[in-house]
Amino acid sequence: MSHGTVQDSGPRLRPSRPPLAPPPAPEKRRRKAPRQQFRGLVSPHTLGTTRGRVIYWIVLSSVVLGFTAVFVFPLYWMVTGALKSPDELARIPPSFFPDELNFDVYAEAWDQLELGTFLRNTVIYAAGAWLFTLAIDVTAAYALSKLRPVLGKAVLGLMLATLMIPPMVILLPAYLTVKDLPILGFNLINTPWAIWLPAAANGFFIFLLKRFFDSIPRELLEAASIDGAGPARILWSVVLPVSRPIIGVVSILAVVGVWKDFVWPLLVLPDSDKMPISVGISSLSAQMPQNVLMAALVIASIPAIVIFFVFQRSIMAGLTAGSLKG
Amino acid sequence: MTTMTTRRDPGGFRRAFRRNLTAYGFLCAALICFAFFSWYPMVREFLLSFQKTNFVGPAEWVGLDNFRTVIEDSAFPAAWLNTAAFTGLALLVGYAVPFVIALVLNELRHATAYLRFVVYLPVMLPPAVAVLLFKWFYDPGPGLFNQILGLAHLPALSWLDSTSTALISLVLVSTWMNLGTGTLIYLAALQSIPSDLYEAAELDGAGLLRRVWHVTIPQTKLILLVMLLLQIVATMQVFIEPYLLTGGGPENATVTVAYLMYQYAFSFGNFGGGGALGLMLMLVLMVFSAVYLRVSRDDAN
Repeated sequence: MSHGTVQDSGPRLRPSRPPLAPPPAPEKRRRKAPRQQFRGLVSPHTLGTTRGRVIYWIVLSSVVLGFTAVFVFPLYWMVTGALKSPDELARIPPSFFPDELNFDVYAEAWDQLELGTFLRNTVIYAAGAWLFTLAIDVTAAYALSKLRPVLGKAVLGLMLATLMIPPMVILLPAYLTVKDLPILGFNLINTPWAIWLPAAANGFFIFLLKRFFDSIPRELLEAASIDGAGPARILWSVVLPVSRPIIGVVSILAVVGVWKDFVWPLLVLPDSDKMPISVGISSLSAQMPQNVLMAALVIASIPAIVIFFVFQRSIMAGLTAGSLKG
Repeated sequence: MTTMTTRRDPGGFRRAFRRNLTAYGFLCAALICFAFFSWYPMVREFLLSFQKTNFVGPAEWVGLDNFRTVIEDSAFPAAWLNTAAFTGLALLVGYAVPFVIALVLNELRHATAYLRFVVYLPVMLPPAVAVLLFKWFYDPGPGLFNQILGLAHLPALSWLDSTSTALISLVLVSTWMNLGTGTLIYLAALQSIPSDLYEAAELDGAGLLRRVWHVTIPQTKLILLVMLLLQIVATMQVFIEPYLLTGGGPENATVTVAYLMYQYAFSFGNFGGGGALGLMLMLVLMVFSAVYLRVSRDDAN
């Protein structure tokens, strides 16, 4: 656990006074440089021979073609399918290019399916979940890592134990709990709270954050403490600024998680004007003409793909942080 | 250390007390969230499966009645068999293929950014979008898949409408949308293999396959095991594919445990029966989760 991927890319901390500069970016690039000489199964020598080179290019081009066919072509079919008329969609054999580029279907899908409402709902759920996750999990991880209260280890253990429970198996009791909150008696069904608060109870995020906070040297916090900063101030002006990488990872995982979630919102947001986009589209999918549905699917995937384009690096970092614990 | 100072001077005790108070102040929001949305539902899962409740009056204890109802349901064996078959098939494709893809990607020196981006793209799509997209591809008439089969002069399949192909169709979607995760994780693991191991193996005259068998696999053994357990736990919870594609049909050919659990609660209004199913699923999955935790802890030490 001591050589986690996230920690490795962590900032070099200098014992200076807060606020600290963000981790230097060039560091990462320099670290990557030796990878150029990296060799895999095939030796550079074999690759250098004519036969090796021919095989390499055959493999490369078939992989590129195969990947494009398997992973990109379905998306192409979706985007262009939305441009076709219902007649053209039903035609056999299908047309590879749409007869005409008619973007009206997208506008139609937007209006008919009230995608604006669904998208707005989704943004509200994702943004709220992000804020609550950060506020709640960062403070908790900070307390467990740096304030080290009595029973802190037990609390962390209980939080991590929730990772062992697959979400599907506590779906029903969780639903019943949200429907009638014990002691308080609130009914959170059809309110954003039903998404926001459960999203914040994430043992994995607390684990990631705590592990990162553990790597921040004590002297740094002690220096701030001698300067008269309280725990809240230390968190805000020392810990947070140096923790940007991990906070970025957690933010993206939190937002993408809410954006992709289906079962939970299906249960707790049954009103059609409260649904996020995934649930909304699937609940209306049966009544829609095929091309309108495709347009709706395209619109629903754009935000996720844009997020991926922009935050690729952090998303992949989060991926490896999630599985390679070693 | 704290107890030592507390015993010696009262000022230290007060400071320790205040520090704990601050700490729990920082922790309280998380504790409340976990209590309501994780810990309590875990306990309640047990209560639920032994109770009968109509949510008006107080819940009634019924012992094992819920389990009996569920087990006697004709869909019960189908659900477990389908879940097992789904998990098995999904592993067959979804476990081996990403590893092979990662092995190949790891050797390529061109277009790597594009290939990584593309293989992870479906993972980023909301699963509901991917599933609805495939529902359209599976369309028996002008659906893409039958058109492709037609191009290859193969007979059309009825994909989701036949008991023999429905489950496999679900596995296909599921694999398509989840393949990228495994691939990128394996790729990261492959890149951490020291290259001198390959060099040494090569000097010893090991061919390509022997290098994979004697270097790559032992070096990535741990991540392979971890991924196996993670995938079993993830695929056994399959819900969205049967929910959106087949509704469990045709003839219960795609009912899964999670889907049956959902049906019990929200179609039959029998939360006790759903709870009983959930508890059974939990017990099975806990075995895999426990092994997973054990493995990853061993790794940490």
